[in-house]
Amino acid sequence: MNARTLQNQKGLILENVNIQLDGRTLLELDTTIEPGTVLTVMGESGSGKSSLLDFIAGFLKPDFKSTGRVILDGTDVTTVPAQERHIGLMFQSPLLFPHMSVAQNLMFAIPSEINNRTERQRLAAEALEAVNLEGLGPKDPAKLSGGQQTRVALMRTLLARPKALLLDEPFSSLDQSRRTDVRQKVFSIARERALPVLLVTHDFEDAEVAGGPVYRLDSPATEPQ
Amino acid sequence: MAKFRPGSNLPSLIVVLLLAGPVLAGLAGTVLPAFGYLPVLGAREITLEPFAQLFSMPGLLQSTALSFWTGLVASLVSLAIVLCFSAAWSGTQTFQRVSRFLSPLLSVPHAAAAIGLAFLIAPSGFLARLLSPWATGWERPPDLLLVNDPYGVAMTLGLIAKEVPFLFLLTLAALNRPEIKSYTKVAASLGYGRMSGFFKVILPQIYPLIRLPMLAVIAYSTSVVDVAVILGPTTPAPLAARLVVWMNDPDLSLRLAASAGALLQLGVSAGAILVYLLFEAIVTKLSSTRLALGHRIKSDGAGRMAALGTMVFIVSAMCLSLLVLIIWSLAKSWWYPAPLPQNWSISALSMALMQTPQILGTTILLGVLAALISTSLTLWLLETKTHAAEPVDHQLRTLIFVPLLLPQIAFLFGLKMLFLMIGLDGSFTAVLLAHLVFVLPYAFLALSDPWQRQDPRYARVAASMGASRARIFFRVQLPMLTRPVLVTLAVALAVSVGQYLPTLMIGAGRVVTVTTESVALASGGNRQITAVYALLQLLIPFAGFAVAAAIPAVLFKNRTALRLDA
Repeated sequence: MNARTLQNQKGLILENVNIQLDGRTLLELDTTIEPGTVLTVMGESGSGKSSLLDFIAGFLKPDFKSTGRVILDGTDVTTVPAQERHIGLMFQSPLLFPHMSVAQNLMFAIPSEINNRTERQRLAAEALEAVNLEGLGPKDPAKLSGGQQTRVALMRTLLARPKALLLDEPFSSLDQSRRTDVRQKVFSIARERALPVLLVTHDFEDAEVAGGPVYRLDSPATEPQ
Repeated sequence: MAKFRPGSNLPSLIVVLLLAGPVLAGLAGTVLPAFGYLPVLGAREITLEPFAQLFSMPGLLQSTALSFWTGLVASLVSLAIVLCFSAAWSGTQTFQRVSRFLSPLLSVPHAAAAIGLAFLIAPSGFLARLLSPWATGWERPPDLLLVNDPYGVAMTLGLIAKEVPFLFLLTLAALNRPEIKSYTKVAASLGYGRMSGFFKVILPQIYPLIRLPMLAVIAYSTSVVDVAVILGPTTPAPLAARLVVWMNDPDLSLRLAASAGALLQLGVSAGAILVYLLFEAIVTKLSSTRLALGHRIKSDGAGRMAALGTMVFIVSAMCLSLLVLIIWSLAKSWWYPAPLPQNWSISALSMALMQTPQILGTTILLGVLAALISTSLTLWLLETKTHAAEPVDHQLRTLIFVPLLLPQIAFLFGLKMLFLMIGLDGSFTAVLLAHLVFVLPYAFLALSDPWQRQDPRYARVAASMGASRARIFFRVQLPMLTRPVLVTLAVALAVSVGQYLPTLMIGAGRVVTVTTESVALASGGNRQITAVYALLQLLIPFAGFAVAAAIPAVLFKNRTALRLDA
């Protein structure tokens, strides 16, 4: 792929990604996630899922060796610091900052270019409305239910205007009824905003609802190519 | 991946310089005079003369033996008390109640505890008054050496009273690790009695966390000066206390002998540590065969009561000592053997505060600056390491601990000479630097665990939202660590306030804190003023801990996840 075609290529490209630990290949991946689609990665714990997410988001520990490139909307971000990649992350737990209110959590994510306070508050309130949590802004995040926290975490991720989403089993802490709801919400928003999504899960239903291709990490390739 | 990490090693470098610099320079400044080289005094010849002079001092052997045995026995007894009590009662209501008493006692400086204890057990002390004359028949203080006894029993007690809270809190922190709690349950469900379950299952896991602090306790106890001056024997005094006298003697030639003595002190402390390590090896060897025998020792009621009794004894002695300090500082006249003063007055208190506000001011300023500098440096170091995704390496951790494993006197002599040469002797800056050497290790100890336990994903979430490194630190990591950071500041303040020898040696009488003042007063006759200064010594750390507890309570009134009970 040369630079010119890259310029126009929307989506998240994982080009010849190979991650090694102590000389052993943990995983290899070469794929493109189109805008608005979901790539589901499934695998047992220890299969290198978190290393893959760390690599894409820019947190891979120095003891890991990696080759390949991460290209987001035509830009090679492989060596760009995590802060400037514009890749949104959601974990198994919502990780709302416990020292901030719900609204402060959301406003933390809004880019600083929007420097009008009322505007920032309006955006936060709007985000809460979008997930049917209107009026919960001043609340202590710890007082929210698990499903509510996950929805706030989702909106917090989106308010930072990411160009791609990495989801690390974000639904697994929710009970069945909430799960369907929240999952639906996440995928529909990703589609609306044409975001490429990489979903790590070990729930088959997640993969089914996501609808995109499924990549299995169960048997990591060991022989060099 | 960031290819370029500016300043990734800068904080480590500063910490190393701040700790290793004074220690190494100080050791050199002790070793050279010990072998006769001290150009300031015109001594330029390498000779063993200082050692000859040292060993010709009367009662030197006895002083050395006193330092060795009081320190070693006090450390071992303290450890035994703490472990037996934790074994017998951890996880119970009683344990929690006693912990609540012991935690604040940790912030009581050595000198204050020793003065309180002296006022409690002396022939004219509180206990004797309570029992006189009806039980003892004493109409006047008997001529008994209850304090300053020739065998150093009072001094050993004083050290135990101070080391028990320290070792207990370390044990408590180790026991609070979540994985440890479940092991307690496993041992109990296999039918092991509380105490045997603790010693066979829990102790082997938490001991590595207590070991280094235990060695620090031995090094400290075998070379302690303030407690020795207040409670220890006088004919002869323990080694370290005599060395300080020689160092400050107008006869300057005694300084060479004092330096040689500081090296002897180093040997005494190292020897005590070696004996302890040998003891540790023997216990490990003997117990390893007993581990698998299956003795469950279910009925350990007597042992448990004994452990509780000893601990309650220590805690009550400490609390009573503090009470006596309060009474004395408010007493106007208190004739023997009345159990309480005849007249009360706040004149001693106001005199100390009004006439010498600079002593209080110096103490607080030193403490606050030392606390701020050491805590900020620790945070900087930890953040840099985390950011570079490097662990804080073992060498650095050990190095940070080194100043606590050496007898203070061994390098403070040399450091004093060094500051003298560059004209910093007796300056506030020099004392602050000396305090930092001892405060920084505690700041690191107090903060590194909470920092490491932070969920790193919070920082990642923030980074993925585009937050800069500074923003992540100041808006996410620091606020979430508000409580441990404030506690660290309070610990650092308490450690600084408690410093006696560094202030005395480096301050050269020109930088005076409530601690040096109270020890100086303790040998005089004015109990009221002595009590006031001892009380100030512990009021400052108490105030620090109170503020550290109050701020998060107000700040996080509506933040459930950050409350202490959450």
